[in-house]
Amino acid sequence: MTDPGLEMELGGSREGGGSGDLFSKFDPLIEQRRALLAKGVTDPFNLVMERVESPAVAICNGRRTILLGTYNYMGMTFDPDVVAAGKKALDEFGSGTTGSRVLNGTYVGHREVEQALRDFYAMDHAMVFSTGYQANLGIISTIAGKDDYIILDIDSHASIYDGCALGNAQVIPFRHNDVDALEKRLRRVPEGAGKLVILEGVYSMLGDVAPLREMVAVSKAAGAMVLVDEAHSMGFIGPNGRGVAEDQGVIDDVDFIIGTFSKSVGTVGGFCVSNHPKFEIMRLVCRPYVFTASLPPSVVATAATSIRKLTGSSAKRAHLWENSKRLHAGLKQLGFTLGTDQPQSAIIAVIMPDLETGAAMWEALLKEGLYVNLARPPATPSGMTLLRCSLCAEHSEEQVGEILGMFAAAGRSTGCI
Amino acid sequence: MTDRDETYSRIEALIEPFNKKGVEITEGTRFAVDLEWDSLTVMDFVASVEDEFDVLISMNRVAEIETVGQLVDAVDQLQED
Repeated sequence: MTDPGLEMELGGSREGGGSGDLFSKFDPLIEQRRALLAKGVTDPFNLVMERVESPAVAICNGRRTILLGTYNYMGMTFDPDVVAAGKKALDEFGSGTTGSRVLNGTYVGHREVEQALRDFYAMDHAMVFSTGYQANLGIISTIAGKDDYIILDIDSHASIYDGCALGNAQVIPFRHNDVDALEKRLRRVPEGAGKLVILEGVYSMLGDVAPLREMVAVSKAAGAMVLVDEAHSMGFIGPNGRGVAEDQGVIDDVDFIIGTFSKSVGTVGGFCVSNHPKFEIMRLVCRPYVFTASLPPSVVATAATSIRKLTGSSAKRAHLWENSKRLHAGLKQLGFTLGTDQPQSAIIAVIMPDLETGAAMWEALLKEGLYVNLARPPATPSGMTLLRCSLCAEHSEEQVGEILGMFAAAGRSTGCI
Repeated sequence: MTDRDETYSRIEALIEPFNKKGVEITEGTRFAVDLEWDSLTVMDFVASVEDEFDVLISMNRVAEIETVGQLVDAVDQLQED
């Protein structure tokens, strides 16, 4: 998605002002925030969790709060095996590696988590980065060179755009999920130029899924390499939880899958898996991999344990889908406008008429004891304000009922429904 | 009508549906400042220009274009390439 960070405007739209203060360019945003907070609303971007009881519940402002905006899809953060593996690694290997993966920062745990990924995806190569953001930044900027073309969905995540900005390739966005628009642009690429098509399995703002079967087919027909970011599908979409590309039967035609440990895996870190025979050279040429410290031993130990457990989590997957369907149907019935007609993922986006109503509704939900994400432009497509809900396999059926009750109360008190 | 005039009038027609404020279009009209387009509007508009002229306009190229006249020149040059 176009998270904050996508700044492509025709000609210097950010004017210097000439005052000499480099912060003058942020004045419009500072003013927008001031005006919003002056109305007495709680700052939606400054919430503190005082205690976290489970993947589904935390204490915020002294109040028990159901968490419905964490991306903790599979609820692995408090899994006893995962926590035990982290503690053991902390005891045995210390708090951090203090080094790059290519120098002193590769411990046995880093190798083990990469093996867990190769097994999980049934692919030949896996490379772990310190965050998912860095995985996109590193892979995209390194593989697409000056005369190559990157064709990407316009609603791509900020990390994808930043990866493009860090490299030197020709960057061409196409209309969201539009197979025809992608095909036309592929056809216009000059003969002989390298082509990289970048897609996401699930788009995080509206929770909609890409038509990967068709898109991968037209990309391959045009001789392009394909990279799919499966951050929001790992662990629960596809027969083995490998994501949308697996679900739609095209994973073997995808050259690179990018993923993260900060969602279903339940910790932090990013990765790329691939079957490309020359993939291992990336470890030497990819600057966001080389010039940063590797993940702490406890983090890679929790990630490896979690990934191994995700492989056999079909009952949890089924429950997560039930939760998603129930929340989607319930919100629709209450009269809310949703980002997708049918539930396509574990993200359900409630579309708000404007930022002020969205902020008021967000605050009313928090007072009811429910946390969701408030998403606003430029992170959102078409200038929308969204209340983004992401479900967790650890939400009980009763909690989903409770959540719907809170939406009903907050919706009525703010005049949304 | 020269080729450039033709390109200009086709681009003028493409601006129309995005010109919500009904700003008068000239060579010097600036997309961000005069038309007040945000980044997403710009990307939608650029996509329609690409399809109309069957060209690719990269984001790097777009970033250098400030006015209608500059866009007309860029499209003419891309068509020659």
